[in-house]
Amino acid sequence: MNADTVKSLVAIFLAAILTENYILNKFLGICPFLGVSKKLNTAVGMSIAVTVVMVISTAVTWPIYTYILVPMDLTYLQTIVFILIIAALVQLIEIVLRKFMPPLYNALGIYLPLITTNCAVLGVTMLVIEKGAADPTFGYVQSLVNAFGSGVGFLVAMVLFAGVRERLETCDIPKSLRGLPITLIAASLVAVSFLGFQGLVDNLLG
Amino acid sequence: MNEIWIPVLLVAGIGLIAGLGLAIASIVMAVPKDEKAEAITEMLPGANCGACGYSGCAGYAAALSKGEAKPGLCAPGGAETAAEISEFLGLGGGVSIEKKVALVHCMGSYDVTSDKMEYQGIQSCAAAALLAGGITSCQFGCMGLGDCAKACSYGAIEVCNGMARVDPSRCRACSMCVAACPKGLISLVPYTKQAVVRCSNCDKGADTMKVCKIGCIGCKKCERTCAHNAIHVTDFHAVVDPTKCIGCGECIEACPRHCITMLEVPEERIS
Repeated sequence: MNADTVKSLVAIFLAAILTENYILNKFLGICPFLGVSKKLNTAVGMSIAVTVVMVISTAVTWPIYTYILVPMDLTYLQTIVFILIIAALVQLIEIVLRKFMPPLYNALGIYLPLITTNCAVLGVTMLVIEKGAADPTFGYVQSLVNAFGSGVGFLVAMVLFAGVRERLETCDIPKSLRGLPITLIAASLVAVSFLGFQGLVDNLLG
Repeated sequence: MNEIWIPVLLVAGIGLIAGLGLAIASIVMAVPKDEKAEAITEMLPGANCGACGYSGCAGYAAALSKGEAKPGLCAPGGAETAAEISEFLGLGGGVSIEKKVALVHCMGSYDVTSDKMEYQGIQSCAAAALLAGGITSCQFGCMGLGDCAKACSYGAIEVCNGMARVDPSRCRACSMCVAACPKGLISLVPYTKQAVVRCSNCDKGADTMKVCKIGCIGCKKCERTCAHNAIHVTDFHAVVDPTKCIGCGECIEACPRHCITMLEVPEERIS
């Protein structure tokens, strides 16, 4: 692995966290973003679970797409096959966690099954394929790094927003804006602030 | 035809492999379940209030099945649940828990007392209590910001006119409000008709009179009136002993400050 490859991998990783953040730039996975961000520890737990699922799903779906669907000319089956695999993987992770890490299993609780239908996970697996089609150098390793970076980006967004929401709890908010309205406004402001990272990665490592 | 069958078989095949994989995984990595604990969880009310001191009903059930806890800690379930569980665990009867209800020992609404400041901070009793001994002019009184109402899982506490009130028909005596009140105004009293002193002011009579129209001044009229030795004045305020009170109401008549009331408890509780 030469220096250029490492540099491109770091660029992919940082881009996935900052400029292509799944929640704040692509607006995928908004449901857990609003639902589970009330407390910091649940937000972190959910993000770690999502990161693990993102990496493992990409690790499985990428070879299936490249070595089964493409040669058989069945790329239109992408969505249904990926959903099937993600759902099965989440179930498998749940079984493994319950057996080997009961405390983590109890801490994640209902969030684990919820990841099955998290569009950010499906988004990662599908978008790395799209990127691979556009850029031939974007292979398996790059896809995995992108998936891991996306998970970390999810974590960053969740942790930032949990902090914002914990501060909102003690604020004097006008009555008509209390609850969800102020949460959505705060979410949009956090998303706008992430626009500031545009171009950062290219200039940093370009 | 192949254009249809190959994709169908492919998706079905992936589904089959995933399904078989999960089936094998669930058998290989099966976790032995505690059936006893699950049966006990079914018997518990499922309120997850934490009154027993364990993390929710499942936590209490697990402790019960291992013999680490005794039945009867579940306040919302009451005597029926305790009896059912002790029978299930083979401990026999004899577990009795007294039916109780939460009571706010204050009647300081805005009609009879006032705030000593205009408070615009965090709307929580715990926060307000940090400011100069609380926002009400009576340092012992209810501030009416509703920490107890927020703690109640059953919607039994309502704050109106700056005063928290417990609805005995909804209260399950889980004691969450007792812990939530920074002034320690709420306690659990037996679920019977009885006289209750709804004031907690321990100041001398003259000081009490300045801050509240109905605060207990410790005049001992009730103590002298009571024929059953059930009410006593300590620290300048009266306290009823519920084990001796028969609910005759003599003390209520005698009280010049009208801070003693009859606790009326409904026959049936709203579930």
